[in-house]
Amino acid sequence: MATMVSTRPVIQKGAGGGPGMPGPNGNGSKRGPFREPDSRANRYRIGMWVGLASIAMMFTSLSSAYIVRSGTAADWVPLRIPRVMFLSTALILISSVTIEVARRKLKQGFTERYSRYLLLTGILGVAFLGAQIISWRQLASQGIYVATHPHSSFFYLLTGAHGVHIAGGLLALGVLWLRSRRKSGNSPGFAATRQATADAVSIYWHFMDGLWIYLFLLLILWR
Amino acid sequence: MAEHQEDVHEVHRHPAPTGFIRKYIFSIDHKVIGIQYIMLALAAVIVGMIMSLLMRLNLSWPGTSWPILETLFPTGAPGGVMTPEFYLSLVTMHGTIMVFFVLTTAPQGGFGNYFLPIQIGAEDMAFPYLNMLSFWVTLVGFIVILLAIFVEGNQSLGEAFTALGPSFAGGSGTVGPIGGWTGYAPLSTLGKIAGPGQGAGMNLWVISIAIFCVGSLLGALNFITTLLNMRTKGMSLMRMPLTCWAWFTTAVLALLSFPVLLGGGILMLLDRIAGTSFFIPSGLYVSGLLSGTNPNFPLHTGGSPILWQHLFWFFGHPEVYIAILPGMGATSHILATFARKPVFGYRAMVFAIFAIGLLGFFVWGHHMFISGMSPYSAIAFSVLTLSIGVPSAVKTFNWLGTLWGARIRFTTAMLFAIGFVSLFVAGGITGLILGQSSLDLPMHDTYIVPAHFHLVMGVASIFGMFAALYFWFPKMFGRFMNETIGRIHFWITFIGVYTIFVPMHIMGIVGMPRRYSSFTEYRFLDSLHPLVVLVSVAAIVTITVQLLFYFNVFWSIFKGKKVTNDNPWEATTLEWTTATPPPHDNFAGVLPVVYHGPYEFAVPGAPKDYIMQTDTTAEVPSGNGHNGKH
Amino acid sequence: MGRVLAVIIWIITLLSVLLFVSGKWWFPEGISSHAPALDRQFMITIVVVGIAFAAAQIGLGWTVWKYRDTGASADRAIYTHGSNRLEVLWTVITAVVFITLGLMGQSVWASLRLNDAPPGSYTVEVVAQQFQWNFHYAGKDNKFGRTDPKFIDDGSLNFIGLDANDATGADDSVISSLVIPVGRPVELRLRSKDVIHNFWVPQLRFKQDLVPGMEIKVHFTANKIGKYELACAELCGQLHFKMRSYMLVLPEQDVQALQQMPQEQFQARMAELLNQYQLPTY
Repeated sequence: MATMVSTRPVIQKGAGGGPGMPGPNGNGSKRGPFREPDSRANRYRIGMWVGLASIAMMFTSLSSAYIVRSGTAADWVPLRIPRVMFLSTALILISSVTIEVARRKLKQGFTERYSRYLLLTGILGVAFLGAQIISWRQLASQGIYVATHPHSSFFYLLTGAHGVHIAGGLLALGVLWLRSRRKSGNSPGFAATRQATADAVSIYWHFMDGLWIYLFLLLILWR
Repeated sequence: MAEHQEDVHEVHRHPAPTGFIRKYIFSIDHKVIGIQYIMLALAAVIVGMIMSLLMRLNLSWPGTSWPILETLFPTGAPGGVMTPEFYLSLVTMHGTIMVFFVLTTAPQGGFGNYFLPIQIGAEDMAFPYLNMLSFWVTLVGFIVILLAIFVEGNQSLGEAFTALGPSFAGGSGTVGPIGGWTGYAPLSTLGKIAGPGQGAGMNLWVISIAIFCVGSLLGALNFITTLLNMRTKGMSLMRMPLTCWAWFTTAVLALLSFPVLLGGGILMLLDRIAGTSFFIPSGLYVSGLLSGTNPNFPLHTGGSPILWQHLFWFFGHPEVYIAILPGMGATSHILATFARKPVFGYRAMVFAIFAIGLLGFFVWGHHMFISGMSPYSAIAFSVLTLSIGVPSAVKTFNWLGTLWGARIRFTTAMLFAIGFVSLFVAGGITGLILGQSSLDLPMHDTYIVPAHFHLVMGVASIFGMFAALYFWFPKMFGRFMNETIGRIHFWITFIGVYTIFVPMHIMGIVGMPRRYSSFTEYRFLDSLHPLVVLVSVAAIVTITVQLLFYFNVFWSIFKGKKVTNDNPWEATTLEWTTATPPPHDNFAGVLPVVYHGPYEFAVPGAPKDYIMQTDTTAEVPSGNGHNGKH
Repeated sequence: MGRVLAVIIWIITLLSVLLFVSGKWWFPEGISSHAPALDRQFMITIVVVGIAFAAAQIGLGWTVWKYRDTGASADRAIYTHGSNRLEVLWTVITAVVFITLGLMGQSVWASLRLNDAPPGSYTVEVVAQQFQWNFHYAGKDNKFGRTDPKFIDDGSLNFIGLDANDATGADDSVISSLVIPVGRPVELRLRSKDVIHNFWVPQLRFKQDLVPGMEIKVHFTANKIGKYELACAELCGQLHFKMRSYMLVLPEQDVQALQQMPQEQFQARMAELLNQYQLPTY
């Protein structure tokens, strides 16, 4: 037990002001600088990544159910993806561009353009949901519903779950946009927080875009 | 940089709330929310204990008429004698309520919410409104599952629910679904034709669990962000108390496992309500009906019951580590405090917590060895499962190392922490049996399984909560819990739980199957009756003594001995530097600065036998004792 | 307090160990060919478990006894943050013991599950339902008749959906008890009509879920003649506790004789045999 200490005092003098006085970095941390706290604004970005991890896990579990189910039984009848879904894919891709532009404009200080691009993104998002609903109705008119066969079940489920999350994102965009119309506050940290929340919502939006591409390809290619 | 400084040292934005509603009901203060979670757990555990008591009565004295049951549940217990479905619904609801609304709320949402921010030197959680939302969502989930009791137990309410759809048919006389807390498909997806309680009760069960998932995910998000973003100056990760490491890892486990349950739950709900066939195979013949030939039994094709098991247990296994890790953190913390010694092997403890968390994601198949899944994967799961015993053993050795050479003060909190170590070993060690695929052949679904998981979850984890409550009660309420009553509570509970659960191992070896409402049908079980009665008597005594605990808690909140010193236990971490109870922003506007690690006890040459983390005057030796690292 | 705690922990440990070694309650006698290996693995495991359990509890009791604060001396606790060497040592030892145990525990599993039933096995189809067992014997022609769920009719006792038009099924029998020959590998083809059930005979040291939508093939060999209780071991509904049947292990010629019989005769003879043979004494 060479590293066990007996009760003999073993106080060592550090790079401090002598025995009894704390060193410039305090005691107990003679190796390395004092840990400074993280900025308040960062929590929105961190929180968003953390939240996205959980959303990713849910869609992972649904994807794995999709893959397993496609292999288990003979009743798998892949349906033809409605053409309008190619439109919705284009819409959401463009909306990712517009929100990224919005975010960068804010960073550069162009708050008016930030607000306009937010609005544009929101409109594109609503259009995306509209296109999704149209595709659902097209399937329904062919007699394909949730329970018709497993591929259609997953189709409705995956697009529906994604759509719910887009709706949530639209809500956040709406809040951001309304805030952007108000006069800037001048409390300390306001600008940093505003940038951080804009960053967080755009991270979310990009993730939803990427998720859509993934789901779209999954539904088309894994049959 | 100037902006960064202002950004960081911004005075806490929210003024302290006034008014009863903002202070105690819809509060964004993590301390209030923590207490709300603890109160929810205290309520839920009463429901769960009553259910287990009824189960024990039925098993030990079968055929006995219990008048109160006849009054409350005339359909489920005609003449006061429980029907088998009534018993099974008790099993299901007991498991669900205890695992979700007790073990996944109090240790994390309760104590974690209250003390994580304070222990890292923050004013509140990162997202206080989200925190409030997560509690209320959880509470709604609890109300929904309690609703299942009434919808199934009451004829007219059950019939009213049928208006929502055929899968919502209730009123079967049970207290909820009968498929166990694991809800295996297709029993859980076929509706009432598969059994009483499987109509409305099962739908409400799935909906309640889905709501709970959301509440839990919101909470996990908050914990992780808070810990990463809001540690005060000087609070590096390796200076955090082990409680914080435990809460952090638990939150990561919750973040990654609950969404899978949510996904599975949505699939199950669709199978029940929308006629899909995720988990329901073709060609079923249930209650005289062939799939697709009757409106009560629509056509299903091609689903996989094993898929549900995979999704459920992918969540279910990390869930049990979610239940135990906070207790481990609290035990390490409390052992060090009352042993007056640093935690032995702090770094190893951190790695062990990580290892348990990480490995916990790769072993879910050990619940499914004989499910019909690939026998090759069973081998992989089995070897991984046995390896997860290694970090658990390491933690046990380190707890013993913490007590070695100590100067132990036997407060009630300490008694429960020591009890945790004893019970965790007892429960965990039988994992070595159940984790081996070969041995699972005789042991699956016998009583050795509940023996194992009750000792770790239903006792060790609970002891962690008891220890935490006795320990932190003075800081939370400004009064001590009564130590004499606390000791009586400890002794009877400690001896009681061993008497309840050790015989269950023997029952499992003889072959007593799980989820049997009666053991009278099989001769090979006859010899176990004396043990069954012993277990029930011990359960009755142990449950009764918890009444003393409840009395102690609520009486002490108002009449307990007042705390005169902000640090009555002479502990070292940040919660003991602040007022009792802490003010709304925890540190009265001045965030602490941390200079030392969390467990600097018995430092040679220091004036007292403990050095608080914020102490600027003391010197702690580097090198020896710290293994050169701190 | 420390001494009392230590003593109570030790008494609990002692009583727990005594309960296990008393032999008053233990596994029923194993009758399958893999039972000896399995029981041996169990014994090795329980000894390791017992030693670990006792050692930890004794150690815990000893530390709380020895290191209780008696207030007598002003000395503090020993100041140490741990020992890297010890950590490595006990991690490695534990890992070696646990993983070895784990690897040893795969051999019985592998022998039963990783290979098919040997050729010449005696085959029985098992179809479980809420709340009875249906055992389907191939009859004189040794071929199983075709079944299809659409033919199932519990009311007219066609429990497993035998196709009346299939000639090979005409001589089949569907009985609610299992009869198998002694000393010969048996293959069970497990199916379920409704929910998950589980086939279990304690003396066989063997369990398997019956999953609707799947046909699961398992095999084992029973080495002792007798009558044994068969239980369902996966929650299947309210009468799960009552889903009981019997497994009869008989000499080969008796089983062959039964198999030649038509359904009613088979059933009647089974009833006689079930009366004739007694359950083991417990």
